[in-house]
Amino acid sequence: MSGPAIAPPLLQVTDLVRHYDLPREKLFGPPPTVKALNGVSFTVEAGRSLGIVGESGSGKSTIARLVMALDTPTAGSVQLLGRDLHTLPRAALRTARRDFQMVFQDPYGSLDPRQTVARIVAEPLEALAEASRKEQRERAAESLAAVGLRTTDMDKYPHEFSGGQRQRIAIARALITRPRLIVADEPVSALDVSVQAQVLNLMQDLQQQFGISYLLISHDLAVVNHLCDDVCVVWKGLIVEQGPPGDLFRNARHPYTRTLLDAVPRTPTGGTLLAA
Amino acid sequence: MPLLQVKDLHIELQTQRGPAEAVRGIDFTLERGETLGIVGESGCGKSITVMSLMGLLPSTAKVTGSIRFDDTELVGRDEKSMCQIRGNRIGMIFQEPMTALNPVHTIARQVGEPLRLHRGLSGAEARKEVLALLDRVGIPDAASRLDAYPHQFSGGQRQRIGIAMALACGPDLLIADEPTTALDVTIQKQILELIQGLVAERGMALILISHDLGVIAQTVSKMLVMYGGSVVESGPTEAVFARRAHPYTQGLFAARPALGAPRGVRLATIRGSVPELVDLPKGCPFAGRCSYTIDACHTTRPPPTMLPQDHAVRCIRLDDIAAKVAVAS
Repeated sequence: MSGPAIAPPLLQVTDLVRHYDLPREKLFGPPPTVKALNGVSFTVEAGRSLGIVGESGSGKSTIARLVMALDTPTAGSVQLLGRDLHTLPRAALRTARRDFQMVFQDPYGSLDPRQTVARIVAEPLEALAEASRKEQRERAAESLAAVGLRTTDMDKYPHEFSGGQRQRIAIARALITRPRLIVADEPVSALDVSVQAQVLNLMQDLQQQFGISYLLISHDLAVVNHLCDDVCVVWKGLIVEQGPPGDLFRNARHPYTRTLLDAVPRTPTGGTLLAA
Repeated sequence: MPLLQVKDLHIELQTQRGPAEAVRGIDFTLERGETLGIVGESGCGKSITVMSLMGLLPSTAKVTGSIRFDDTELVGRDEKSMCQIRGNRIGMIFQEPMTALNPVHTIARQVGEPLRLHRGLSGAEARKEVLALLDRVGIPDAASRLDAYPHQFSGGQRQRIGIAMALACGPDLLIADEPTTALDVTIQKQILELIQGLVAERGMALILISHDLGVIAQTVSKMLVMYGGSVVESGPTEAVFARRAHPYTQGLFAARPALGAPRGVRLATIRGSVPELVDLPKGCPFAGRCSYTIDACHTTRPPPTMLPQDHAVRCIRLDDIAAKVAVAS
């Protein structure tokens, strides 16, 4: 086997298709299908971040699930650092997961209420079975410090934290394996505006400190604009427009992108009044 | 004589950690046909305030002060007489179009319920009225969908049905509690335009609750900014947006990522997080999280300061803040 001449990109998604079968309506004949994704391709280079915007039902969360190898594509491939995630044997996929982690939308549903924060955050290490309990705890403390939580928080339970703090815990859990890619599905949409800003700043800091790439799924164009180098607009399971957020939002070509932009409510003065 | 006059409203809720003052003395008036927005983050008391207008607070809640609706006092009314106002004179649109409708009743029956109840219409009359309402809120081919169930409609259509139900009896006041939060932006735009059109056409007053400043800016003529159970700033929407006098209002604006802002810029944050109701400070609710906090902020609740255009702000440090902004710009 000859290695590729140039290093493979961090993430390469090629012609990804996912159709879901619905329950059969007729006794004979094929069951109806939902065409969630109809051939989506994109590349994320190391250290760069990609945002995926679209409305509900556009297929953006299906992309996240397929990239995380939580679901199997109907056709197409997802390659992370040159390895096709959907053909890897189970054990190899498990170890490969150290390089890509996920942050979910709902900070209330994504943390096990019966486990301490230390155990929740260290769980990815536990799954990799490579660190002792003591090491796990140390790494968890490190990870919590990186997201601005205290070591004294380690033995508390999720219900003792606010929504924003819980999302920090979820981010700490994603960070603990020192991943190259974090897939974040609507990470701030359940948070209040003032808390949302704290979490977005944190995500930006981690990007700069650790060179993490995000695959950020969001319906909020401004959030994507804040964190991502590139944006894909998804509509009916296809990427209709792609480019750097500034360009895309200034000169949208596709009518759907324009419809999305026009629908965003704006404040009369826009921007900020006070010089920061 | 205003349609709605709220004076010194206090609401105390029983929580697991003891009694908590969820609303701490708010005042506002609303004329017929006027539109009012309430902004604030979760736990600021905005939903509790409108629930008290509807008489939908938990039975353990203690309400003091006065809510005068068209010359009747709503505070202290019994459930039976509240039933004559709720859904009849005051209509409400809820946040979750998925759960606000009853899954086992047809649309015709649900939308027609207030008509049969309050106006004594017969089944056939109500059905006719429902058809007109569904047509008005933009349900395509409404006549053939009267006997459909909620699950047969999309989220946006369900919200339209919710609006038809709130409108059924031609209320004087329409309350919409985050009516578009669960919807996509393009659908949100359609629903807001529908609400605005209906309010203008029927001369209803509107109270719109939202956490989204953009939604407020586009929909209502005056607004309240709430924090910790108090109204920290109030006035005509344009004046509040132009001046942003209260440090919390300023914080809310600065914390939003702006479309088209250059990359790599950090967002201004409000430090800390919204305190629980039980832990709210005694003085200004924003004391401690505010960068202008001085000792006096912790001890007494700031009185309202009047600015031009009927614009009121509860902050004792307005002059110092204005001076600082002048230096910075």
